Amino acid sequence: MILLQQMLINNPIIKFYNSSIGKKIVMAVTGLMLIGFVVVHLLGNFQIFLGAEKFNAYAAFLKSIPGPLWAARIILLTAFILHFTTAFILSLNNKAARGGSYKNMATVQADFASRYMLESGVVIFIFIIIHLLHFTLGAIQPEFHDLDDGFMRDDVYRNVILGFSNGPYAYIYIVAMLFVGLHLKHAFWSMFQTIGVYSPALTPLLKKLSVFTAVAVAAGYISIPLSVIFGILK
Amino acid sequence: MNLDAKIPSGPLESKWTNHKFSSKLINPANKRKFSVIVVGTGLAGASASATLSELGYQVDTFCFHDSPRRAHSIAAQGGINAAKNYQNDGDSIHRLFYDTIKGGDFRAREANVYRLAEVSVNIIDQCVAQGVPFAREYGGQLANRSFGGAQVSRTFYARGQTGQQLLLGAYSALSKQIAAGAVRMHTRHEMLDLILVDGKARGIVTRNLVSGKLKTHMADVVVLATGGYSNVFYLSTNAKGCNVTATYRAHKRGAAFANPCYTQIHPTSIPPHGDKQAKLTLMSESLRNDGRIWVPKAVGDKRDANNIPEAERDYFLERKYPSYGNLAPRDIASRSAKEVCDEGRGVGPIGVGVYLDFRDSIKRLGHETIKQRYGNLLDMYRLITAENPYEEPMRIYPAPHYTMGGLWVDYNLMSTIPGLFVIGEANFSDHGANRLGASALMQGLADGYFVLPSTISNYLANEKLSKVPDDSPEALGVLREKQDEVNKLLAIKGKKSADVFHRELGKIMWDKCGMARNEQGLKEALKKIPELREEFWSNVSVSGSNEGLNQAIERAGRVADFLEYGELMCLDALTRTESCGGHFREESQTEEGEAKRDDQNFAFVSAWEYKGKNTAPVLHKEPLNFENVKLAERSYK
Amino acid sequence: MDFTLQVWRQDSPDKEGRFEVYRATNISSDMSFIEMLDSLNIELEQKGDTPVSYECDCLEGICGTCSLMINGRAHGPGACTTTCQLHMRSFQDGETIVIEPFRAKSFPVIKDLIVNRSAFDRIIQAGGFVTVRTGSAPDGNAIPISKIDADLAMDAAQCIGCGACVASCKNSSAMLFTAAKVSHLSYIPQGQPERMERAKKMIEQMDEEGFGACTNQAECEAVCPKGISIKFIARMNRDFIRSSF
Repeated sequence: MILLQQMLINNPIIKFYNSSIGKKIVMAVTGLMLIGFVVVHLLGNFQIFLGAEKFNAYAAFLKSIPGPLWAARIILLTAFILHFTTAFILSLNNKAARGGSYKNMATVQADFASRYMLESGVVIFIFIIIHLLHFTLGAIQPEFHDLDDGFMRDDVYRNVILGFSNGPYAYIYIVAMLFVGLHLKHAFWSMFQTIGVYSPALTPLLKKLSVFTAVAVAAGYISIPLSVIFGILK
Repeated sequence: MNLDAKIPSGPLESKWTNHKFSSKLINPANKRKFSVIVVGTGLAGASASATLSELGYQVDTFCFHDSPRRAHSIAAQGGINAAKNYQNDGDSIHRLFYDTIKGGDFRAREANVYRLAEVSVNIIDQCVAQGVPFAREYGGQLANRSFGGAQVSRTFYARGQTGQQLLLGAYSALSKQIAAGAVRMHTRHEMLDLILVDGKARGIVTRNLVSGKLKTHMADVVVLATGGYSNVFYLSTNAKGCNVTATYRAHKRGAAFANPCYTQIHPTSIPPHGDKQAKLTLMSESLRNDGRIWVPKAVGDKRDANNIPEAERDYFLERKYPSYGNLAPRDIASRSAKEVCDEGRGVGPIGVGVYLDFRDSIKRLGHETIKQRYGNLLDMYRLITAENPYEEPMRIYPAPHYTMGGLWVDYNLMSTIPGLFVIGEANFSDHGANRLGASALMQGLADGYFVLPSTISNYLANEKLSKVPDDSPEALGVLREKQDEVNKLLAIKGKKSADVFHRELGKIMWDKCGMARNEQGLKEALKKIPELREEFWSNVSVSGSNEGLNQAIERAGRVADFLEYGELMCLDALTRTESCGGHFREESQTEEGEAKRDDQNFAFVSAWEYKGKNTAPVLHKEPLNFENVKLAERSYK
Repeated sequence: MDFTLQVWRQDSPDKEGRFEVYRATNISSDMSFIEMLDSLNIELEQKGDTPVSYECDCLEGICGTCSLMINGRAHGPGACTTTCQLHMRSFQDGETIVIEPFRAKSFPVIKDLIVNRSAFDRIIQAGGFVTVRTGSAPDGNAIPISKIDADLAMDAAQCIGCGACVASCKNSSAMLFTAAKVSHLSYIPQGQPERMERAKKMIEQMDEEGFGACTNQAECEAVCPKGISIKFIARMNRDFIRSSF
C-alpha cells in the first residue's frame, strides 16, 4: 500500500498535476481543446443558414462516421471533466490560501472577465447540461426531437427552429453565449500566459485576439436563435 | 588596555599572504566542533555566516528583522569599488589603497587598507558567480563608472540598487547554507548583551521580539556585524531600526570603541519638512555636477525661489570656493549649507535647506539633456516632495549617512575582548576619518567573505576553549541583568515617548557634534546629554508588557543606549582638537576655512575604554605609522 | 490635514482581531504614511495606550519591511510605491482610511499590522541561489553576459520581497515573488546548471507553504513597488513544464 502510494507520489504526471502550476497548465490545455470544439461546432452550426437540406445532410454525415464522432466526443468529455474538476480544486485551494478577507479590497487592473471566471464557468456548465438535454438527448421538448425530414434523416433543422421558437430556450441560449464570450475574453490570452508564451510584442496582440474571439464566438452563436426569433430562419 | 594591532611584518604587498600562511588551520573534520555566533545579516554578517558555515563551523546567525534580507546594506545605491583595472585606466591595488588612505585623511591603518584593496578583486568575482546582475557593456563585459571623485573608473554597479543586489547575493548564499542545515537562522531576535566567560566572548543574550523571551546563546566566538550609529542623530539616511545597542553593550563589557567622532555627513539629501520627520532620503551627489547651490542673500526672505532676482541670490559655494564651486568636497559643501541656514537664510517651510537649481543648466543644455542625465533622481524628488525640479529649484540639506568609527579591532578583526570579532561598518578599521564613495559595500564583503573566515580559524586553532552551557552562571548572570533592565523600563511609566527623547538627543548631536564642532558646543552637549538621559530614566513611557511583541520596549532600549553613546561621541570629538575628514573642529581650520589636520599630535586611533556607569571613559591611543604613503594635505585647489 | 483611521488591532496570532477607530490630526501633507502613523503612536504612548504595531525600516522603498493594505490596496494608492514612500497628500483632507495587515493564510498575523512573511525566506532557501562556495569563483569577466540578459535579470532581481503581490492577489498566490527569483537566475549563465531543479524545488515549496494559484489577473503586477512584470510568471511556467518531463 505504502509502496503504491510512493509510486503514485513519484509519478511525474501525478506530481505535475499536484502542483498549482501543473493544474493551471491542465486548465490551459483542456481550455484550448474546448475552444477548438467551440469554434468547430460554430462553423458546423452556421450551415443552418444554408438551408434544411445542407444542415440535415451535415448532421447525417456526422452520424455516418460513429468511430471518429465518438472518439471526438470522448476526448471532449475528458477535457471537459478535467477542466471542470481542476477548476473546482483550484478554486478550493485558492480560497483556502486567501485566509481572511479584507474589509476593503480595491481592484487595480484586473478586468471584469478575469474576476468572474468561476462564475461564468459554472453558468456555462449548467447551460451545457441543458443544451445536451435539449438538442442532443431530446429530454427537453422531446416532441421536436426525432423528426423525420422526409429523406429518412433526422430533421435537425426543424428541431432547432422549433426548439428556439417555443419556450424560453432561445433566451437561455443567448444569455449563456454571453457568458461564453465573457469566459473566453480572459481565457484565450490567459491560456498562452499559463503555458509560458509571453513576449512584449505578442502578448498585447493575444489580448486583442482574445477580445475578438470572445465577441466572434458569442455573436456567432447568438446569431442563430436571433435569426429564428426574427424569422430569418424558418 | 592592550592595543596591539597585530599587523604582520614584511612588505605591505605580502602582509596578508604571509599572515594567511602563518595562521594556524583547523582540520576540516574538526571545524564542525566549533561554533560561531554572528549578529547581523547585512553584507558583512550574511557573507560571514555563509562563508564560515561553508568552511564547516556551526553557525548561529541573528537578526532583528523578519528576514535576513532586510538589513540596511540593501539601501546602498551607488556601487562597489574594486581594483580590477578592467578599463585599463591605470588602476591597481596600490592605487585603490592610496585613494582610500588619502580619502580617509590619513587616519586609517595602512595594512588594513591595503588588504581591503587586495581582496576587492575577489569580491567582484564572488558576486558575479552568485548571479548578481551587475551592469554590463554591450559586449558582455562588466561595466564601470567613476565615483566619489576617483580618477579611475573602478566602481561596479547594478542600476541604482547595488547594495540591494549585493545583499541579495549574500542572502542567497546564506539561504543556501540555512537550507543545508549549516546555519541556524534566528530572525526577530535582538542582541541585548554579550556574555564573557574567563574574559573571553562566549555568547549573547537575545530578546525574541515576537515572544518577548530573553535567552542566552553560547558559542566559541561571537561576531558582531551590526552596522553603524548614524541614528544617534535621530535624522539620518539610515533605516529606522539601525542602532548602536550591540556594539555599545559590547563596549560596556570591555571592547574599546574607536574614533566615535568620525561620522560622514552627506551633502545632498532631501531636507526635513517638519518636526515629525522620520528620516532623510539621500539624493545622488551627481546632481551637483549641473545644479547650482544658493540661498537668498537676505535673512528671512520668504519669496518663491523663482521670484528672487539674480542679484539677491547668494551662490555661496561658488563665492567661497571659486575654483571648485558647487563641486566642493562633501564635508565642505555640507558645512557651508549648515552655516547659511544657521544665519537664518535657509529655505523651505522650516528654513532648513538650500536650493539646488537646474535653471541655468536647463537654459544651457536643454530640458532633454538634464532629463537624460538626472531624470530618475528628479522623478524621485518629485514623488517625495510633490515639487517639480524642472520648474523650481530643488531643496537639499546634508544628512548623517555613515559612521567610520566603531569597535576597535586588530588586523584579525578581533576587538579588545578575545573571541569578539567585529566586521563591516560596526568596526572602525578601514576608512579612517572619512569614507570614499562605493567603499562601504567593499569593506563589508571583504570582511565577511575573505578576511574574517581566515582570521577566525587562527584564533580558534590557538585557543583551548571548553564548552560553556547556556545556563552557566556567567550566562545566567547577564540574563538576569537584562531582564531587570527591561522590567525597569516598563516600570517607569512616564509621559514621554522614547521617540521624543531620541529626537531631542538627535538635535543636540546635530547642533553640537554634527558637521562642525567646537569646544564650547561639545561641552554644552556633554552637559545636556546626561540631563536628558536622567529625564529618560524617570519619564519615558514604555507601554505594554514584556510578553509578546512590544515595539515600545525595542525602541526604548535602543534610545537608552544612544543616550549614553552620544556622550562618548562628544567626548571623543572634544579631545580630538584637530580637524580631519568628517570631523571638523572649528578651532582647527586654514584661512580658507578648510580642515587642518594635526599629524604631529593626532596621528593615532582613539580607543575608549568603558570604566563604569559614573566614571569617565579612558582614552587609549594606537599610533598610526605610515611607511608607504607620505602624509599630505587634502587640497581642493 | 485630519483623518479618521480604521486600524486593524490584533493582540496575538490566536486572538480575534478588530478595527479600532483613531483620529489623526494636524497632519502635514508632506508627511509620509509611516510618519503619520508614528505621530499617532507617540500620542498613544503619551496617553499610556498601547501603540499600533507595524513594520518599516529603510523608509526609502527598498528593504521591503513595510506592508499595509491601505483602503484595500497594498502599499496604498499610487503605482510603484511602498507604504514608506506614500505621502499624505495622496489622500483627501478628512478622509477615512482603512488600514489592514497583508492577509494570506501563509502570512499569519503576529500582532496588529505585522504579519509573518518567513514563507518567502523558505521559498528562497528551496533553491533561490547559485550553489557556489566562497573562493571558488572565476574572474568576473570570464563569464560574458549580454547587456540585454543582464538587464532582464536585473528587472526580475529588483524584487524587494514585501509580499504585496500575495496580499493583493485574491488567491494569495506567490507566483510573482517566486517567478522573479527563478527568472533572475534563469537569464544568466551562472544560473543554468541548476535552472530546472531550482524552478521545480521553489515551486514545490511555494505550494507547500499554502499559497494559491495564478489566475492571470495581474493585480500583483499593479501593486508591485518595483513594477515587476507577470511576464516572469510565464517564464517560470515554461521552466516548470520543461522540468516536469
